[in-house]
Amino acid sequence: MDFSLKAMLPEIFLATMTCVILVLDLYLSDRFRRVTYLLSQVTLVFAAVFAIALWDNHFVLMGGHFVSDKLAVVLKTSVFIVGFCIFTYVYDYLRERDIRISEYYILALFSMLGMSILISAGSLLTLYLGLELLSLPLYAMVAMIQRQNTASEAAMKYFVMGALASGMLLFGISLIYGSTGQIHLDALPVAINMAEQPDMLLLLGVVFVVIGIGFKFGAVPFHMWIPDVYQGSLSPIVLFVATAPKIAAFGMLSRFLWDMFGAAPETWQSFILIMAVLSLLLGNIAAIAQTNIKRLLGYSTIGHVGFIFLAIYAGNFAAGAFYVLAYALMTLAAFGILVVLSQRGIEIEDITDLAGLDKQHRWLAVMMLLVIFSLAGVPPSIGFYAKFVVLSALVDAHVAYLAVFGLVMSAIAAFYYLRVVKVMYFDEPTQTREITIPHGTNVLLSINTLATWVLGILPGGLMAICLLLY
Amino acid sequence: MLTWLSIIIILAPLAGAISVGLLGRVMGRPPAHWITITSVAISFAASVWILGIYIAQPFEVFEKTLYIWGQSAGIPIEVGVYIDSLTIAMMCVVTFVSLMVHIYTIGYMCDDPGYQRFFAYIAFFTFSMLMLVMSNNFMQLFFGWEAVGVTSYLLIGFWFKRPTAIYANLKAFIVNRVGDFGFLLGIAAVFLVFGSLNYGEVFGHAELLSNETLTLWSGTTVSMATAACILLFIGAMGKSAQVPLHVWLPDSMEGPTPISALIHAATMVTAGVFMVARMSPLFEQSTAALTFILVIGGTTALFMGLVGIVQNDIKRVIAYSTLSQLGYMMIAVGASAYAAGVFHLMTHAFFKALLFLGAGSVIIAMHHEQDMRKMGGLWRYMPITYITMLIGSLALSGIPPFAGFYSKDSIIEAVKLSTIPGAGYAYFAAVAGVLVTAIYTFRLFFMVFHTKPRMDDKTKSHLKESPWVVTVPLILLAIPSLVIGYILIGPMLFAEHAFLNPSLYVLPQNDVLAKLGEHFHGALAFTLHAPMTLVFWLAVGGIALMWALYIKWPGIPEKIKNHFSIIYKILVEKYGFDIFNDWFFGKGTRGVGNVAWKVGDIKIIDGAMVNGSAHLVGRIAKLSRYVQSGFLNQYVQIMIIGLLGLMSWWLYAWVG
Repeated sequence: MDFSLKAMLPEIFLATMTCVILVLDLYLSDRFRRVTYLLSQVTLVFAAVFAIALWDNHFVLMGGHFVSDKLAVVLKTSVFIVGFCIFTYVYDYLRERDIRISEYYILALFSMLGMSILISAGSLLTLYLGLELLSLPLYAMVAMIQRQNTASEAAMKYFVMGALASGMLLFGISLIYGSTGQIHLDALPVAINMAEQPDMLLLLGVVFVVIGIGFKFGAVPFHMWIPDVYQGSLSPIVLFVATAPKIAAFGMLSRFLWDMFGAAPETWQSFILIMAVLSLLLGNIAAIAQTNIKRLLGYSTIGHVGFIFLAIYAGNFAAGAFYVLAYALMTLAAFGILVVLSQRGIEIEDITDLAGLDKQHRWLAVMMLLVIFSLAGVPPSIGFYAKFVVLSALVDAHVAYLAVFGLVMSAIAAFYYLRVVKVMYFDEPTQTREITIPHGTNVLLSINTLATWVLGILPGGLMAICLLLY
Repeated sequence: MLTWLSIIIILAPLAGAISVGLLGRVMGRPPAHWITITSVAISFAASVWILGIYIAQPFEVFEKTLYIWGQSAGIPIEVGVYIDSLTIAMMCVVTFVSLMVHIYTIGYMCDDPGYQRFFAYIAFFTFSMLMLVMSNNFMQLFFGWEAVGVTSYLLIGFWFKRPTAIYANLKAFIVNRVGDFGFLLGIAAVFLVFGSLNYGEVFGHAELLSNETLTLWSGTTVSMATAACILLFIGAMGKSAQVPLHVWLPDSMEGPTPISALIHAATMVTAGVFMVARMSPLFEQSTAALTFILVIGGTTALFMGLVGIVQNDIKRVIAYSTLSQLGYMMIAVGASAYAAGVFHLMTHAFFKALLFLGAGSVIIAMHHEQDMRKMGGLWRYMPITYITMLIGSLALSGIPPFAGFYSKDSIIEAVKLSTIPGAGYAYFAAVAGVLVTAIYTFRLFFMVFHTKPRMDDKTKSHLKESPWVVTVPLILLAIPSLVIGYILIGPMLFAEHAFLNPSLYVLPQNDVLAKLGEHFHGALAFTLHAPMTLVFWLAVGGIALMWALYIKWPGIPEKIKNHFSIIYKILVEKYGFDIFNDWFFGKGTRGVGNVAWKVGDIKIIDGAMVNGSAHLVGRIAKLSRYVQSGFLNQYVQIMIIGLLGLMSWWLYAWVG
């Protein structure tokens, strides 16, 4: 048994620092709340550095329950970077509203610890542990702001459905364990069990686990929480819920479907396909009818999940990884802009709240335009390239009809995305207001936004990294 | 080293364009022009540096893929450079003329509100043009091809408040679309045969092309080489404005004059000639395609020149002259004298840019009056413009020892020797074209600079020489227009290791330049031989005729006009191309559109599809709202239904 804990350094550091921040924060007076913020940021930076340092090695420790490979490094680093951006974007929002900053940061840090463990899971147990540690702080975060009834309602729904999904996942895990006698994410037992004749118990287990994965992503028909949670909670919380956990969920998907069942894709492909098609269909069409911008982005998320699942269906996990990273980057910018815009007592809720943004703050409007175009898949943005990679993966897998379907769906998606642009640029503002963005936030948000285009023009590096993972 | 230099050459103008384009309004005017001029100057310096490297130690070709953007069906979509003597020649010409135009623009656009926008556009144009010439694959070539088209569109319509400018830029765009359609099909044909779009791989197996045939319809087959080359050439016809796709170029004069010089005379419109020269290994495979080029080129050279004689707008005369000269270049490449075509491209770039910029200088002095009938006697007021324009006009007319003489004479001599069918017609057109060229050139020259002043007094009192930012580029362009032909004819065309030879592929039986080279004894002998040729006397005769008609006996042109009113009318109507296009394509497509609109759009699309799909979307949205009721128990129900659904699928797939 290898106990070189070096490979767990990001998690250990994150856990320790989160506890330190938690305790320290109790003794800080309100004037020094900024210390919590700064410490959280430093923690994330170091955690990211520790994660990157593990790039060249492949570690398996704790008797195989914990692995650190290239996939883990890439996804963890992305989670930490996304977390860093989120913390920057939301700081002023929380300050202005007297929301307890430290709770947001500490819950988020705990959740990210869960994500990190989930990503590095080497066995079904670690997988489940990570998933729960990821989810519980999220429920609390959604419920955190009590002034709004919608928040408690959203949290309640999220929690009940999440618990149900967890139960199903656990049930699936127990079936797989019963069938193979194995909890490690090891392809061998599956291959043996499938070699002689299809093992019904194992296959039933896969159904339940796939549902657990689908729930975390928000794939139809396990998407019901997404619109309500997105609309019900405040923008900073949606910003977090919509980005980092999706990266972790991809880690879970990849661990399960690639590491464990990669040798027998026929066991899960059809389920993934069903969810992909339904998600694309419902996500994109329902989005048209939305007036609430957060809800609209929620449905658009469902549509994007459809694309990720299409890539997985085609067996091209690298394309899926690229898509999920692109999605996280774009969503981060989109919700980041909404958070920054919600100031001086104004919450951006409806699309019409963005009316005339061009006249109020030109650069913010340009950034939103770039992000929306990228989400809609206008070339040469990263959103376009991600879709392009998925579609060509489908063509390569000789399922061109799915590529056509995906194309039609993205054409529909362009409609509701462009409506947002139209409102921003061509409608008159409903109220005159001054928007000020703190300098640091502006710089980071600008980098974030421009990255969605620069990485679309020069996608080679990121794509090469994604190809290294599988 | 070469890699870095070429990256710098490409990226410097792009960086200039982006920074000025995005921040132009913030930075103000002087930084806008300094940034773009510096960036283009860097490109020019680096191009000259590469030329130096090449001269010091010639290399066959330097090819490198810089970046692979993506892959689609096995075709890498890549950015790369392909540097050989042809590329180097083009790079130097493009960056030099672009630099001159940048400087000139400071003076020409000084009171235009779109100053920074203009600089951003022309820097972006330079970038696009460099992408086009330096490309190592057809995909990037097409990118550059389209990018220069877009900038051309933007710049023709630069004064977007003028309806004529909008008409002109739309026209340019649409006509070019016809050409690009052929071009794209040509690229597809190349891919079909070679399975690759990389120059190296395609040219290396060029003979594959002649073995393939293409079935048009059952029973009728055509050689793949002919099909692909003619399709590619259709692209060149659009971009290089060859009959009958030439109609956009005269109208493009609605754009600011620096653009006419840079894009519509020196660089972009010659892209077609460059492309044919670059594809010489392919075009050599098909004599039929070369014949096609010769006929089109000859027609353009002669008949467009004739139209130039009756124009009164100073820029339009030069525009028709550009058309005619592009025809000459096409004649050259059609006769397999690719080097002569590229040589004429180079000399033409200098003297035509000079003529345009000179015309611009006149236009500045005349307060943006372009009608030559209201000019006259300007030599007294603008000596520098006068002398440089004289140099440009002599070069254009092909009088030795000015640059145009050497390149044009080589073309005429080459086509005379060519055995490709159609060469006889092209030779006749080229020789007759010399007379025509001299006539319209010196008609313009005498009407503008000599004869009695015909402008109103107010304009006359303001007449003065243009500022130095305008005259310096004129002088710098006049120098190559004067000497470059004499200096370069040997090294470019006839030397044992002629500069362009490694880049071009010519079948031995087509190699007319080599045959010519046997009788070439240095540039001096070539010059002294001139008075022994018909061509020279035609040019001189044309000039003398114009002197007689416009200075000596100024009443005669009017009489000629009345006497030959039918011919005059045909020329003024430009052989009716525009009328026909408006009637056939304009009205015709509007008619088809009307039918499609009434039946297809209103009934089928609006009625059935749009409203139908809107209904459908509305219904689905309603349904999803109904499902998304907000009640937790229903949500959980749906999850369970989902579970049951997947489990039934499991049953069906594995058990049943």
